[in-house]
Amino acid sequence: MLGPLGNVDNVIRVRDVVVMLNGQKVLDALSLDVVRGEVLGFVGASGTGKTVLMRTILGLLPKQAGTVEVFGVDLDKASEQERRAIERRWGVLFQHGALFSSLTTIQNVQFPMREYLHLSQRLMDEIAVAKLEMVGLSADVCDKYPAELSGGMIKRVALARALALDPEIVFLDEPTSGLDPIGAGEFDELIRTLQQTLGLTVYMVTHDLDSLHTICDRIAVLADGKVIVAGPISAMLASEHPWVKAYFRGKRARVVLSEAEQHVS
Amino acid sequence: MIKYGARERRPSRAASRQRPRGRARVSMTVSGEPLLKSVVVDDRLELAAAGAWIAEHASDLEGLIDGAVQQGQAVRTVDINMAGVERLDTFGAWLLERLIRSIGGEGRGINVVGLPAHYRGLIEEAHHVNRTQPAPLSENLLGSAMAAINRTANLLARDILLNIGMLGAVVAAVLRTIHRPRAFRLTSMVHHLERVCWRAVPIILLITFLIGAIIAQQGIFHFRKFGAEVYVVDMLGILVLREIGVLIVAIMIAGRSGSSYTAELGSMKMREEVDALHTMGLDPVDVLILPRLAALVLALPMLTFLGSMAALYGGGVVCWLYGGMNPDVFLSRLREVISLDHFEVGMSKAPFMAMVIGIIASVEGLQVKGSAESLGLQTTSSVVKSIFLVIVLDGMFAMFFAAIGK
Repeated sequence: MLGPLGNVDNVIRVRDVVVMLNGQKVLDALSLDVVRGEVLGFVGASGTGKTVLMRTILGLLPKQAGTVEVFGVDLDKASEQERRAIERRWGVLFQHGALFSSLTTIQNVQFPMREYLHLSQRLMDEIAVAKLEMVGLSADVCDKYPAELSGGMIKRVALARALALDPEIVFLDEPTSGLDPIGAGEFDELIRTLQQTLGLTVYMVTHDLDSLHTICDRIAVLADGKVIVAGPISAMLASEHPWVKAYFRGKRARVVLSEAEQHVS
Repeated sequence: MIKYGARERRPSRAASRQRPRGRARVSMTVSGEPLLKSVVVDDRLELAAAGAWIAEHASDLEGLIDGAVQQGQAVRTVDINMAGVERLDTFGAWLLERLIRSIGGEGRGINVVGLPAHYRGLIEEAHHVNRTQPAPLSENLLGSAMAAINRTANLLARDILLNIGMLGAVVAAVLRTIHRPRAFRLTSMVHHLERVCWRAVPIILLITFLIGAIIAQQGIFHFRKFGAEVYVVDMLGILVLREIGVLIVAIMIAGRSGSSYTAELGSMKMREEVDALHTMGLDPVDVLILPRLAALVLALPMLTFLGSMAALYGGGVVCWLYGGMNPDVFLSRLREVISLDHFEVGMSKAPFMAMVIGIIASVEGLQVKGSAESLGLQTTSSVVKSIFLVIVLDGMFAMFFAAIGK
C-alpha cells in the first residue's frame, strides 16, 4: 500500500539485532523491515520477545549488537536532537495504556502537544476533543481520570494520545487484549480507518487472530529470537514451521478463517 | 451554504482586473510560501492555502485563520482554494473545518476547491468532530469557597468516622482472634516485626543517642553558669524516660513504618488484591491489618526502651567528655533522682502510640484510589496525621498522669 507521499520505502529497518536479558539471548540476529503505509502484525508465542523487540526499536531496552533505523536514521548514531525529532514522529500505545494517572483524559491527550508545539489553549482543547471523537469516545470523558475509565476506554484514550501529534508510525502493543470480541472488532476497524485517513504505518504486536486476518497487510512471526516468516496471511498458511502451522492452522484459527471466508462470500 | 468543488475555480475576471482592496495577510512557511493568503474583492473573500498544514505550523495557521474569519464577517462569499496544500494532518484539517464553521451561516456562501483527493477522508472526519459544546463551568467565587469549606468539613467528618470504624474493626478482629487463636497470622506478624522492629534498631539507636547527647550538652552549657551541672542528670533522665524517648521513637516509626504500611495497603487496594481477599471470604482486617498492627504494638515499646537507653548513654558520654563528670557520678546520680515511675510512664505510652500510627496508616492505605498520585497523597497524609496525633496523644497523657499524680 502506498502512503500519502506515494513512495514505497522502509520506515523501520532492523538489522541483526541481539538483545540479552538476564544473560539469556532473547533476540538473536533478528532483522525486520516495516514498509511505509502498511499494517504489520507481529506474532509469536508468549515470552518469545515480541514486546522486547518493540521496546528495543523504541530505545527503551539496550541491545548488544545490530542496528535499528527509523526513517532512515540510525538511532544509535543520531544526535539528541535527531532522536527527539524522530520520537515526535512516532506514537506508542502501551499494553496497559500507560495513561498518566494524575492527569485527566484530555490532559493526557494534550500532553505531547504541550511539550512539542506552542498552541493556544483553545486549539489544543479542540484538537484533543477531535482526537477523542476520532477514536470513538464522546466529549464527556474529557474530565475523567484514567482510574474512572473502563479497559476499552483506556485503550482508546491511549490511542488518542499516541495519535496526538499526528505521527507517521504507531506502535501498538496488544491493542485488543483485554477487550471483548465485539470491542476488539471495533478497535480493529478503528485502527484500519485511522490508518487510511491519516496515512499511518502501523506496527502491531498482537495475539488476536481476528486482527491478523482483518487488518494486517503483512504478518511477521517471531520464534527462536528470529523472524521466521514474514508476509501476507497466505504465506502464513503455506508455512511448514511447526509453530506457524499450529498457530494459523490450529483449531481456533480454522474457525476464524472459515468465518472470514463466509464473510467474504 | 458550503460547496466542495473538485476542480480549482479560475480567478474571475473582476478579480484579475481590479486591484485587491484588502490587505494580504502573509506568514511564510519553510519553503517561503504563505500558508494562507487572503484577498478581499468586492463582497468576496478569496483565500489561497499553501504549504504544509501540519502540527508544526498549527500555531501560525491559527492566527491566519482567525484573521480570515474576521475578514469573512464583512463579505457575502468566501472561496477557499486548497490546491496549494502539500501536506495536511488533523491539525490542518480541523483548522480548515473551524474556518468553515465560523465563517458559514448568515447566508454566506463558502466554496472549497482544489482539495487533494487523498485528504477527503480526513476532512470528512474533521467535519464530524467537536459538535457538542462542553457545559461551561460556573464561576461563582463565593459559591465555590462555600463548596470548598463544605467539602473539607465532610472529609474531616468522614475521616473521624473511618478511624473510629477501623478501631472497631480491629477490636472485633482481636476478639475473634482471642476466641480462635489459631486464626491469627503469626508468620505474617513475625515478618512485619522483623521489618518494623529489628531493622529499625540501628537508626533508632543512632538518632536517640544523638538527641540524648545534644540535651546533655545544652544542659551542661547553661547549668554551668549556676554551678548546677549535676542537675543535668535529673533533666536528662526525666526528659528522656518520660517524654523524648517515646516521642522521638514514635515519630520515627510513623515516618518509617506508617508510611510503608500505607503504601503497601494502598498498592494492594489499587491492584484489587484487597477486593480479592473479600471475595474469598477473608476479612482484610484479619489478614492484612491485624498482623501489622500487632507487630507495631510489640515493636514500639521495645524500640522505646532501646531508644531511651541509647539517649541516656549519649547523655552520659557527653557529661563525661564535655562536662567532665565521672561515669560513676553520673550513674549514682541517675539512680538517686529517677524513680521507676518515670520509666513506667514513658513505656506505658508506647503501645497506644503504636495503635494510633497503625490505625491511621491502615485507614489511609485503604483510601487509595486507582492513581499513583492518590497513593502519594494518602502516604503523605498518613505520616502527617499520625505524627500530629502522636503529639496530641502525648499531651493528653501528660494531663492524665499529672491528674493521677505520677
